[in-house]
Amino acid sequence: MIKVDLERCDLCGTCVAVCPPDCIELREHILYIVEELCTECGACVLVCPMQALQNLPAGEK
Amino acid sequence: MQSEYDIVVVGGGPAGSVAARFASQMNVSVALFEKDGEIGIPVRCAEATSDMDLARLIEVKREWIANYITKARLFAPSGDFVEIHLPSRGIILHRRLFDSGLAEEAAKQGVAVFTKAFVSHVEFNSDLPVVTVNYCGESRQVRAKIVIAADGVESRVGRWAGIRTQTALKDIESCAQSLLGNIEVQLESIDFYFSSRWAPGGYAWVFPKGERVANVGLGVNCAKPLAKPPVALLNDFIEYQFPQGARLSTVAGGVPVAQALKQLVADNLLIVGDAARQANPVTGGGILAAVTAGKIAGQVAGEAIRCGNYQRNFLKKYQQEWIRTVGKDYARFYLLKEWMTSLTDQDLNDIANSLKKLSLEEINLLTVFRVALVNHPRLLFHALKLFASYS
Repeated sequence: MIKVDLERCDLCGTCVAVCPPDCIELREHILYIVEELCTECGACVLVCPMQALQNLPAGEK
Repeated sequence: MQSEYDIVVVGGGPAGSVAARFASQMNVSVALFEKDGEIGIPVRCAEATSDMDLARLIEVKREWIANYITKARLFAPSGDFVEIHLPSRGIILHRRLFDSGLAEEAAKQGVAVFTKAFVSHVEFNSDLPVVTVNYCGESRQVRAKIVIAADGVESRVGRWAGIRTQTALKDIESCAQSLLGNIEVQLESIDFYFSSRWAPGGYAWVFPKGERVANVGLGVNCAKPLAKPPVALLNDFIEYQFPQGARLSTVAGGVPVAQALKQLVADNLLIVGDAARQANPVTGGGILAAVTAGKIAGQVAGEAIRCGNYQRNFLKKYQQEWIRTVGKDYARFYLLKEWMTSLTDQDLNDIANSLKKLSLEEINLLTVFRVALVNHPRLLFHALKLFASYS
């Protein structure tokens, strides 16, 4: 499951640009991942300049 | 906010504000929605462009310009550098003032500008597009005849119209930048550092904004996993290069170094700027492309409203004009970028070494490329292979 650390996230939207299923929504103060659409491909994790995204095994928070 | 406009522009960066202004000049009703609370903030940009080129498109106000640039220095991993005189004068903008100035200009031309207006969806399947905008916490539906998507690298509007805008990892640079104070800078020079140590598959930059202050940042290619994220690489670079520097700001951002979208228009839709992946793929500079595309798109959209034809076949005038004025060149630059990202640190050192023998007057970007290929047959072979594969 992809988790966003909002303390690291700069809300730059680079992850949105590469997300294949288009499951990330960037608003003024929050980045939101629509879990039902996410395929956990990890593209957002690779591209994040701030290392704010992590692919965690199911069950971990 | 009205429930209906002729044109809705999504995004208040340079592409959006310029598109909105030129559309509004054709006497049509235009609204511009910016998701953030203030236009021009945050500045996710190294802020370099050319005022002469910009001035061909719009009036450039003196107060938008932080500094004038006459040369570039390209640093190889070895520390050797090559100095290049810029073919046309460069400037470092105050993007904050530039962006808000462009939005003000749009407002003066009658554009209804809204901030804190987040567009959460556009429905393209109905007769006319329906824009859902969350404005100051309240959701509203606004009908438009044409939507101009200027919603930046994080663009989603095109996807809602069925256009695939997702960018491959190799075609985006993941960037971090700080405004550094109290550092030594060469005011008239923009500096580029090519090295896998600082910026694998990209470069680090120092763009002076004034005496002892500069945008210092880097962009890296993420097609291969990185040992460190850009923000940590930037810390390393600053620690090494400017240990006494004061971090006046820090921002992250993504820069498309891609081929522009193949489809820039659809029925009732035009896509401009970073949203259309229109930045220069070699430098990552997107300001000039955004203003160019915004101006053409705004004019074409305004004309479309007056003719009553919002279909793709009419709007594609924008795409054709973009390709003719900028797109054609940038398609070539994309090949150059593909070649540049294939160079190793050793290649870069060798090229810098060969260029040292030339006088300053002889050096421009083309001679850099030519000298690299003539003196290093392996690179020539690689370039030929690459260019052949695209032709």
